[in-house]
Amino acid sequence: MSVLVDKNTKLLVQGITGKTGAFHAKLSLEYGTQVVAGVTPGKGGSKALDDRVPVFDTVAEAVEKTGANASVVFVPPPFAADAIMESVSAEVPLVIAITEGIPVADMVVVKRFLEGKSSRLIGPNCPGVITPNQCRIGIMPGYIHQPGKIGVVSRSGTLTYEAVHQLTALGLGQTTAIGIGGDPVNGTNFVDCLQLFNEDPECEGIVMIGEIGGSAEEAGAAFIKEHVKKPCVGFIAGVSAPPGKRMGHAGAIISGGKGTAEAKLEALRDAGVKIADTPSDIGSSMASLMG
Amino acid sequence: MKIHEYQAKGLLRAAGVPVPQSQVAFTADEARAAAQKLIAETGIEVVVVKSQIHAGGRGKGRFKEHPDLGGVKVVKGADAAAEIAEKMLGSTLVTIQTGEEGKKVGRVLIEQGMDIASELYLAATLDRDTGRVMIMASSEGGMDIEEVAESHPEKILKSSVDPAFGMQGFDARAVAYGLGLEGKTARKMASFLGKIVTAYNDLDCSMLEINPLVVTGGGDVMALDAKVQFDDNALYRHKDVEALRDETEEDPAELEAGKWGLSYVALDGTIGCMVNGAGLAMATMDIIKYFGSEPANFLDVGGGATEERVTAAFKIICKDPNLKGILVNIFGGIMKCDTIANGVVGAVKQIGLEVPLVVRLEGTNVELGKEILANSGLKITSADSLRDAAQKIVEMTK
Repeated sequence: MSVLVDKNTKLLVQGITGKTGAFHAKLSLEYGTQVVAGVTPGKGGSKALDDRVPVFDTVAEAVEKTGANASVVFVPPPFAADAIMESVSAEVPLVIAITEGIPVADMVVVKRFLEGKSSRLIGPNCPGVITPNQCRIGIMPGYIHQPGKIGVVSRSGTLTYEAVHQLTALGLGQTTAIGIGGDPVNGTNFVDCLQLFNEDPECEGIVMIGEIGGSAEEAGAAFIKEHVKKPCVGFIAGVSAPPGKRMGHAGAIISGGKGTAEAKLEALRDAGVKIADTPSDIGSSMASLMG
Repeated sequence: MKIHEYQAKGLLRAAGVPVPQSQVAFTADEARAAAQKLIAETGIEVVVVKSQIHAGGRGKGRFKEHPDLGGVKVVKGADAAAEIAEKMLGSTLVTIQTGEEGKKVGRVLIEQGMDIASELYLAATLDRDTGRVMIMASSEGGMDIEEVAESHPEKILKSSVDPAFGMQGFDARAVAYGLGLEGKTARKMASFLGKIVTAYNDLDCSMLEINPLVVTGGGDVMALDAKVQFDDNALYRHKDVEALRDETEEDPAELEAGKWGLSYVALDGTIGCMVNGAGLAMATMDIIKYFGSEPANFLDVGGGATEERVTAAFKIICKDPNLKGILVNIFGGIMKCDTIANGVVGAVKQIGLEVPLVVRLEGTNVELGKEILANSGLKITSADSLRDAAQKIVEMTK
């Protein structure tokens, strides 16, 4: 089994006529994902990806005509919040925002807009979600993944690839890999993903990759301590990062003595999570737990 | 992005927030003229000369050239103001936030003297747990708020702002009364709070701190200091704010990196890093530390980097005088390994290579990338995994 996305997911691509959107929508299509619609205001009625995917002016119309049940946002930062809220408003169950660089104030509004709505938002500033050999939504390299029993959740893109690559090399496939993104305000956090993995009977182990800044890792650790019996491996990036310096991601900063790697590692250890000493040990740490 | 106190006060004044009368000065003569004007307008002889640098702790800081002088000085009369400004301008101020090297003062703020009855603390910032703007206020003004939070958490009032409705009057009054204010001062405080929240949102701030916020002898509330930081992602819609950038306050390498769209942070170690992705870049720094050395920088070349950008990144890393070795770690997803390889080879051919270089490539077009490095005729050490790469570069630089 898998979480969030599988072979029945019907994907709508917001920003399909842009360079990045077109490139990755095509890779998703080639991976076997059902890419059923694109949305670009003003380009409704045309076709994208070599005439294979119909383009609509609005998300509501695309959903009505194609039955799309997931949306991915490749829209540039100034218009991304609007695009996310359009999908939420059209009651698309799953909205995945890839866009990097959305103003925080815009995401504060989006988060408020989501309250009481039926949609789940993943991201923004994330690599997306993949269920190996079934559905790829986002920008990750598909070929490093392999179907299996490990759930992966991470705040970082390429570090997730690093972990998945190690798992696959050791014969440990993945149920689903979720990138929740590196921004300070996002839609879905560790706790939500851990809950999904915990309730999936076919998921037998969980890899959680966090980084400095905020307290989402601590909340995840508390959830694991309380609810999760499956083996968990954790890694926190930024042990060597000095306070007050933003490390690339808008959310990756130690400020006011909060969000340190040490506090997060301590919380994970306390929850019984096996800590990978280095980013090269994520796969082998999971392998040692799986026996 | 950060700005100076006088610039922050200018923005707040425009937003209707009460701030003291003041004028920035770049020379001692300008300081004298500004002080004369202030004294004439207010009828008060006392003025304050405040060093303008992008770091806190100025009052307790000391000048390297004038060990008896702090970064903020209260004086009487325009001549005294000019004399102090003369000493401050061009001198190096060391505070707890500048590090030992300190920061050179290029401008001072001449401000009216205030009759202060009490000092409060006020800040607006993002509360990541709720995804909302949060107001923090305390009766312990002028203090380091982190110390107050540690020792007397009950002395910090918090109020969350619902983005759908904004800060309501009753929210603001609760904070004002909670601070122990009464009567017209409480009303003025509530109005002050509303304006601060509006300014925070309108300017796309990431932090807006007023410390101290003073209550004057006459019962007015006023921002005696102001520290503002902006959300870099939102600067595109604030050209006026972008224009306030003081490049002399920023690290030249970070500034150069920014022009290339590279995310770079200078650090104290000796091993330069070039990585794609922020999380992997931090993890690469961490593994260098794990094996006993220290990273010289954080550098994320991003997902869509061209050869030219990789070359620029490489040059920036090589400018670090403490550099003893370089580790390139790329997990190609969108980024193709051959692009990285060509960029690195191009850079080395242009500027030469005086320190060991270890390259670890994985992902899209990895074989092609390794081939380019191997055929380059350059002394580049290849590594099979991140662990292997880190061990090699640490070993080679010992």
